[in-house]
Formats: sequence, C-alpha cells, structure tokens
Amino acid sequence: MEYRNKYAISGILLYMACIVFIIFMTFGQDLRGPVWVVLFWIIMLFTAVNAVAKSFMQESAGRQLYYYTLANPRDIMLSKIIYNIFIMLFLAVIALLFYSVTSGYPIVDNASFLLSLLLGAMAFATTFSMISAIASKASNSGTLMAILSFPLLIPIIIILIRISLNAIQQNNLDINLQDLLYLAALNVMIIALAMVLFPYLWRD
Amino acid sequence: MLKQLHTKWWKVLCVLLLGYTFIYGLLVEIPNVALLHETVRNLFFHVPCWFAMLLLMLTSLVYSIKYLRTGKTKYDLAAVALLRMAVTFGILGYLTGMLWGNYIWGNLVSWITNDTKILGTAIGLLIYFAYFILRGSIEDEEKRARVSAVYSIFAFILLNVAINVVPRLTDSLHPGSGGNATFTVYELDNHLRMVFYPAVIGYFLLGLWISSIIYRMGRLNYLNNNIPIE
Repeated sequence: MEYRNKYAISGILLYMACIVFIIFMTFGQDLRGPVWVVLFWIIMLFTAVNAVAKSFMQESAGRQLYYYTLANPRDIMLSKIIYNIFIMLFLAVIALLFYSVTSGYPIVDNASFLLSLLLGAMAFATTFSMISAIASKASNSGTLMAILSFPLLIPIIIILIRISLNAIQQNNLDINLQDLLYLAALNVMIIALAMVLFPYLWRD
Repeated sequence: MLKQLHTKWWKVLCVLLLGYTFIYGLLVEIPNVALLHETVRNLFFHVPCWFAMLLLMLTSLVYSIKYLRTGKTKYDLAAVALLRMAVTFGILGYLTGMLWGNYIWGNLVSWITNDTKILGTAIGLLIYFAYFILRGSIEDEEKRARVSAVYSIFAFILLNVAINVVPRLTDSLHPGSGGNATFTVYELDNHLRMVFYPAVIGYFLLGLWISSIIYRMGRLNYLNNNIPIE
C-alpha cells in the first residue's frame, strides 16, 4: 500500500541513522550495558513514531473514501497493522546492525533479546497503528500522536528494558520467559481491541 | 442511571457518609502500627481518592461503550463529566499521598522512585490529559465524541491490563509488595474498615454528584442551541 512512497522509508532510515550517529558522537566507544539498552529502545521508540505515524495521516480524504468503498474497515486495519509490523521489524534489524557497528553489542543472551526485539517491534507497530488512526481524525495530529501513544507505551518499554537488562547480564532464557509471553499476549490484545474499535473510527 | 440523577436519597447518603468519615475518621481508635502511627488516618482520605477515581473511570468506560453502541450525545456528555471528576480525584490523591509520603518516606517527592502504583496512576493521568487535548483538537462534535470514546476505551483497557494483570512491574512502597504487608494482614483492622469502606462509597457518590452537575451543564449548553442530545 505504501510501497509507492519509497522515499518515506529512506527518510526514516536516515532519521534513525542520524540518531545513532549523534549517540556515537556523544558517547564514543565507551557505552556501558544499561545505557546501551535504554538508548537502543529510545531509538526504536522515536523511529516507530515517525515510521508508523504516516500510515493514516498521509492518506488523502479521497483515497480514504476509495478504500471505504473497496473493503471493510477490519480488513483495512489488519492490513495496516501487518504492513507496519513488517516495516518495524525491518527498521529494528537495520537499527540493531547500525547501532552495534558504531556502539558495540553487549548482549549475552541473544535468544531472549532478539525475541524481545521481535515482540517489542510488533507492540510498537500495533499500538502506533491504532493511535495513528485516532490522531489522524484531529487537527494537530503530529503532537497528538506522541502524547496519545507515549503513556500507553511506558509499561511496554519498561518490560522490554527489563528483558534486555537481563540479557546483558546472563545467558538464561527461562527468567525472561514470563515477560516474553506477557508481551505476546499484550500484542494479541492490542490487535483484538483495534479490530473491535476501528470500525467506529472509520465511518465518517 | 441518568434517570436516577434527580432522586435525592443518594445525595443525602453521600453527605452522611462523608460527614461520618471526616468526624469518626479523626476520632476512631487506631491500631498502633509501627512506622505509620497516627498517619494511618490518612487511609480514610488518601486511598478513597484512588478508589473513587477508578470507579468513576469504570463508569465513564461504560458510558463510552454505550455511546459507541447508540450514538446518543448524552452518553458522551456523561462520559466526559465523569472523567473530569476522575482526574480531579487523581490529583487530590497525589496531594494527599505526598503529605503522607512526607511523614513516612521522608520527603514530599520520594514518589519519583519506581513504584508501580504511582507510576500507573501517573500514566493514567497523562492519558486522560491527552484525552482532553484530543477532544479540544477536533471541531466537529459528533466526530469528537466518537474518536474520544474510542481512545478512552482503548487506553483504559490497555493500561489496566499492562499495569495490573500480569507480572508486577517493579517493587513498590505501597502495601502488598516489596515486603510491605497487605491490607488484610494487620493494617485494616475492624475499626479502620468501619471508616474506610463508607469513605470509599462517600467519595464515589460525591464524584457522581459533581459529575452529574457537570453533565447537566453540558446538556443545557446543547439544549440552549436546540441540538437534540437523545
């Protein structure tokens, strides 16, 4: 659907590269474990805001109407969510690569970190898709996007950071298993809520 | 429930319960709990704020769902009025909590520490401030009601699941975690309970009362402009 605007994705990639570069310039090579983790998730958060915010805001009213005649709202929401999940996974991998090249890679427990990356990217994508749909209905949607979604994401980020902090200390998937399952359940719940609520947003 | 607004009995009950809370709450014999001592009386004034806030938010959630199902403006008005009072109780809860924390934890702002309950309510308040900003930035009334109802439902359910249901996020200074005793062990002995539960009901009824007045003001606003709200 948005493959048309390839420049948008390149823009996000460049945005992310700039953040990583700023971090590299300020910290150099001596980035210690916990700071590395926190900064990584902050990079992910801000990249996600910019990447996923576009999914509803950039659509013109005419195109929205066109979709409206074409498909039912649940399908549209589901396709947006799936698309955003893929975008976020792609961005997460690129961010991780670029960040570890410049600032090192202190993770010991790859399995739980990568799983948390997968589930975290999915959670960001689903939440931001829904909030983007809400914010696109209002006038100053750029600011609204941030203030509506950040409070919702704080608990998710706390869990993600906790998993990552465990992952830099010891190689033990078991202690993170509960948190990972919890994140997966949260993802399912967000998608279900979006499916139920989106039709009400859609009809204008 | 909107029809019950004009009956008097629950307002009388509210005043009686609050009077009872404030008078008997200051007189009642309290158990001598280590650390807390006399400050435990704040239990009657601090904790009911949060209970009232949560109950008002739940009631508001019900009205938001009703609005989405029926599309009647009056349900939207009720939901907003309830949320306004819920946020007010949240702020009052912070103020009373800071006073309590001043005596127990040493200073007014030790709540910046990682505490699940404080964090959760802080996020909750942020969400509802954002809710009011969202409402402010949509011109069309029908769309405003619809979009804000959707956000309110989405945010409330997501936040409550994220904070409460599954694993405790962090250690807490509040009862029930981090080595502190829960309510049931010794803190709430029967004397305290006799004041605490009426206090919760009293605060909740007061919230309902004030929000019913806000609701009626909003309704009059609509009726003056001859906009039907049914």
